[in-house]
Amino acid sequence: MSYEVNGKTVEHDEEGYITDISQWSDELAGLIAKDEGIDMTDEHWEVVNFLRDYYNEYQIAPAVRVLVKAIKKKFGPEKGNNKYLYELFPYGPAKQACKIAGLPKPTGCV
Amino acid sequence: MAKVEFTTPELREDRANPQLVEGAMSHSSPYLASADHQKDLGFPGELVDGWQQKAVAKLGELLDKNRALRVYLDACVKCGACTDKCHYYLGTGDPKNMPVARQDLLRSVYRRNFTLMGKIAPGLVGARDLDEELLDDWYKYFHQCSQCRRCSVFCPYGIDTAEISMAARDIMDHIGKGQKYCNEIIGKVHKIGNNLGLPEAALIDTMEGLEEDVEEETGVAVKYPVNQEGADVLLITPSADFFAEPHVDGLIGYGKVFHQAGISWTVSSYASEAANFAMFIGSYEQMHKVALRIRKAALDLGVKRIVFGECGHAWRVAYSFLNTLAGPWDFLDPKYPVPQHILEVTHDLIRRGALELDPSANDDKVVTFHDSCNVARASRMGDMPGGQFEIPRAVIKAAVNRFVDMPEDTICDKTFCCGGGGGLLTDDLLELRVKGALPRMEALQEVVDKHGVTHMAAICAICKSQFTKVMPFYGFDMDMVVSVHQLVGDAIQLGAKE
Repeated sequence: MSYEVNGKTVEHDEEGYITDISQWSDELAGLIAKDEGIDMTDEHWEVVNFLRDYYNEYQIAPAVRVLVKAIKKKFGPEKGNNKYLYELFPYGPAKQACKIAGLPKPTGCV
Repeated sequence: MAKVEFTTPELREDRANPQLVEGAMSHSSPYLASADHQKDLGFPGELVDGWQQKAVAKLGELLDKNRALRVYLDACVKCGACTDKCHYYLGTGDPKNMPVARQDLLRSVYRRNFTLMGKIAPGLVGARDLDEELLDDWYKYFHQCSQCRRCSVFCPYGIDTAEISMAARDIMDHIGKGQKYCNEIIGKVHKIGNNLGLPEAALIDTMEGLEEDVEEETGVAVKYPVNQEGADVLLITPSADFFAEPHVDGLIGYGKVFHQAGISWTVSSYASEAANFAMFIGSYEQMHKVALRIRKAALDLGVKRIVFGECGHAWRVAYSFLNTLAGPWDFLDPKYPVPQHILEVTHDLIRRGALELDPSANDDKVVTFHDSCNVARASRMGDMPGGQFEIPRAVIKAAVNRFVDMPEDTICDKTFCCGGGGGLLTDDLLELRVKGALPRMEALQEVVDKHGVTHMAAICAICKSQFTKVMPFYGFDMDMVVSVHQLVGDAIQLGAKE
């Protein structure tokens, strides 16, 4: 199970989450997004980049609430809400956006 | 990444028996645990040589250890009372999802190997050798049981299919055929302290964020402490409460209750998980190991009480087994039960007049309540029979003006599972989860139509996540699901008694 991007092979698990997060690239994100039926816009990148920054600091994706708050702070209340994030990532901002950002899937009762 | 195409069942007004469809869910099978996930729990990494004999030997071991299991496997008289009681059967029509058929997957092997008639005349008594085809069915159909025990309420002998499915999963783990979702999660608890894999720094950041939000919204500095030594209460709550919606609103509510009652409390980063997934895989050893983290945290922090947050099976494990798993709790304050449920705490405070609630804060809502299976059928709250039904309702009614129950055969001890319990809350089982939610969705639709219900409150992290995910398939808004302590938190008059 792998993605092919720029002549490079990147392994992923059964659900499409890459297994080595250091293998992530912008091109790969675009490819995963396409698989998910998402066209990456600037708005999508804002979320993906925030997730990656947060992950680098805390070794986990942010809670949905933390994400909403950060987006609100940066881009205003019209973007800082759950509904907006679900419009960008219909399968759920936590799981789908994490997959595109190359981060592990949040597990547990979520 | 294969996405299974499926059709969401239609809501039926008559809620009749479904049309039987042989093999309707024979394609449904969760991802296998990887060798690493297996080994983290001390299970073999892949299907072992001689797995047939080893599985039978493990079953023999379980029969010796758990007398109830033997009784359940012996007692069935095929009366049929259970057949139409399982939500997965009602939602899929697959006859192998009738509880008796599910039990028979294990019972047939039990009879073949452990009963005289099964040994000499297997064909007469439904006895079977365990072969590859049967093992495959075990893996599929014991992962189509959410261990909710609704069938056992209707069984005249009280046969508990949950125990049978736990035993089957335990056997499969021991021959190298574990489920990815549960086993990966239990491994994370051992390493990081919670199902989510939320490290201490992220937990602290999350809780600080809640303090900011609540203060901004209410003007009151409610604390959300982590690892605070000497606090009175150690709150053990599902890690989903730190992460997901609408769970986190419940956590905000717990904090407001403690604040208003003047009870000092803390969560622990070491034991930052209530949900003990080891119960789902039937492993006493793993359940013990997970529960011991709570003991260590309680001792390290020097707390006087242990309170559990809104989590269904956590409460079953805590209520039924915490003492044998991780006791004795003689170092805690004997004035309080060990453990307590957050609803017991809140209920008691309301009764004593220690909390001021203004239910008009929730006047935009007509609320119904989903009884979580493990709370309803495997535990109790308070000191009276049925307290687990009464106390959540009493708390909701103190926090909202308009409350309506769903139909009588779908609540309290007859409640339907949300469709995602028992280690099935995983994307690779989404079709099963959507279809298994059918009976609950039908009951909800009835009160929406008759009484204009706008919200369904729940007290389990799995129920909340499951409903948020599957309700849109039935045309309901995901925001209809709320935590009970979200209702409490919104109604509470902070500072009123200060």
